[in-house]
Amino acid sequence: MQPNEPQLMRPAHDVGLIGYGAYVPRFRLPASEVARVWTEGTGALPIKEKAVPGLDEDVATMSVEAARNALARAAIDPTEIRAVWVGSESHPYAVKPTSTIVAEALGAVPNTQAADWQFACKAGTEAMQAAIGFVGSGMAHYALAIGMDTAQGRPGDALEYTAGAGGAAFLLGPAAEALAVFEGSYSFVTDTPDFWRRQHETYPEHGQRFTGEPAYFRHVTTAAKRLLELTNTKAADYRYVIFHQPNLKFPQRAGKLLGFTDEQIRTGLLVGVIGNTYAGSAMIGLTAVLDEAKPGDKILLVSFGSGAGSDAFALRVTDAITERQPRAPKTRDYIARRSVIDYATYARLRGKLVME
Amino acid sequence: MTAVGEHWETSLRELALRAVLAAQQDEQVQVGPFAPRPEALFVGNMLAGELSSQEHLGALIADYAGLRGIEAATVEAAGASGGAALRQALLAVGSGAVDCALVVGVEKMTDKVGAGVTAATATAADSDWEGAQGVTPTGLAALLMRRYMHENGLELKDFAGFSVNAHANARTNPNAMFQNALAPEAYARAGMVAEPVNMFDTAPDGDGAAALIVTSEPAAVRVAASATATDTLALHDRGDALAFEAARLSAERAYQRAAIGPEDVSLFELFDAFSVFAALSLEAAGFAARGQGWRLAPAEISRTGRIPISTFGGLKARGNPGGATGVYQIAEVVMQLRGAAGPNQVAGAHWGMAQCLGGAGATAVTHILERVG
Repeated sequence: MQPNEPQLMRPAHDVGLIGYGAYVPRFRLPASEVARVWTEGTGALPIKEKAVPGLDEDVATMSVEAARNALARAAIDPTEIRAVWVGSESHPYAVKPTSTIVAEALGAVPNTQAADWQFACKAGTEAMQAAIGFVGSGMAHYALAIGMDTAQGRPGDALEYTAGAGGAAFLLGPAAEALAVFEGSYSFVTDTPDFWRRQHETYPEHGQRFTGEPAYFRHVTTAAKRLLELTNTKAADYRYVIFHQPNLKFPQRAGKLLGFTDEQIRTGLLVGVIGNTYAGSAMIGLTAVLDEAKPGDKILLVSFGSGAGSDAFALRVTDAITERQPRAPKTRDYIARRSVIDYATYARLRGKLVME
Repeated sequence: MTAVGEHWETSLRELALRAVLAAQQDEQVQVGPFAPRPEALFVGNMLAGELSSQEHLGALIADYAGLRGIEAATVEAAGASGGAALRQALLAVGSGAVDCALVVGVEKMTDKVGAGVTAATATAADSDWEGAQGVTPTGLAALLMRRYMHENGLELKDFAGFSVNAHANARTNPNAMFQNALAPEAYARAGMVAEPVNMFDTAPDGDGAAALIVTSEPAAVRVAASATATDTLALHDRGDALAFEAARLSAERAYQRAAIGPEDVSLFELFDAFSVFAALSLEAAGFAARGQGWRLAPAEISRTGRIPISTFGGLKARGNPGGATGVYQIAEVVMQLRGAAGPNQVAGAHWGMAQCLGGAGATAVTHILERVG
């Protein structure tokens, strides 16, 4: 193995998901409402609607909701969790961990790791890569990786249509206890400034068309292709594929470029009805797939984080899935639980009106 | 020349260098086993200061191209910068001051995106009277197109032929930004950029560089005429906004110097930054009467028509790399006259004309080239 060659990541002991859980807040802002306010209703809409958190919701409360669902499916004692890791770009505090709030609420403290992760939209899958190592090395029996966001979109910006809220939590543990086993993973990272938010800024900025080819497509397709090569698999071997989904077009085009069919993409493609949930985006696509998966199904998960990089994971579903699926609300239950709001209510809920 | 497109990973100087190397490797300009050594470099560029925080391109590109020490300077005339740079090279060689000059047109549009690019391109208009009011180049084109449609009783679909022709020609040009065919139905469905200018009425900005070598030595193609004219920057200062006066003057002067008329021209690389510019340019250069330019599209402007235009896709489909565009046009005319245009060849091309415009036609540079032998 040459030092610079891509290498499959696989832990010393096989690791899998023993529980998973999703969370999507109740409120929905139709994209047509954003268009009504900002473009007099003209222009194509990138999605149907996006999920909006309530006044008393943030990444901490939403992470707790998703993690409780994951715990319910895993049916383990929370004091056995050795790491609570939350990936997000909307942590409520700049300094002070979200993860300690979540760990405390779950009853995982005090004999645990806790940390917040930041890598734009792949902060959650980055935490998952680390959790595979943590469990696979034997340092921990169980670790919790969460991707959750209440994404920020500047009023009137193209991203305001899609910047949504939601995410997912995954409990990782030994393969023998798993509902889905990791068959290998791979990460591809470069310094590519396509989207960023500087210290003390309220809203992120982006490089418009630069976010496409040199950022999203290069990283997503490279990570996916290399993982397929390294695991000696091909697109047709997978029942489901999930990509990071900033809009409907990008993941569909990435799928086409890699030889996946609409059928393989459809189940995990949620952006049209909840928006881009940033660090939660690819991960909540995975919970939607796990809700419907059957033993033996193979799943490919490819995240993307601006800045930029992609984590790719190959999973195989086990017999344990069947009894754990119904132990908590399903992703589509949350999607169906919806109250439509107008732009004015959205502006209030998201603190868009600055009065001082 | 380089392909026109979004060269995210290639800097302005690297683009320029690639074009210079390509021109030097052109076997028709070899002097024995060597590339000719130019004594002067004229750079056509419009926005490097605004978009790349880099002026002083003459010395920069001369050094980067291994020509340190030669005379070099930038020539700027907005979208006509490339043609204006060639004219300076022709004057330098024609006067006997130098025997060989290099022309490089280069533009790096993707160092900034969105509003930053729009603000930069708007500097080609009258800043005090147009730019300060928030008018963009597309906004000015929309005013012209609206007036043209009103005076001539036209609908949007009457302009479709220009874009359809440009895309048809770009399909076989590997350097074109959009190598896809455009159906008239897709044109009709396109979203508005600045009504009535739709997405297919406006040329895409792109990165690109092209280079020419001008020499007093005999060559397969000679420059028969070079002429520049100007008009007011602000549209409202013109007595007749729909007469591209600078375009007419520079074309007339060029015809005079070449001792030919529009009827002799085999192909015309015009400045189709917007569909209405193509119609107005055809009229100004004498290929159609006032208000009739639109009638030439698509049949008469196709490669087999009376006056082929945008034979490699034009600005619309090859792409519009700002100050480099005028140099691309000349390189494309040279390929046509050498009979080296491959699937894009205009049969029997003898006289080729190129015209580039700065702003909404405030500068016009026209060149007429002739196939020799």
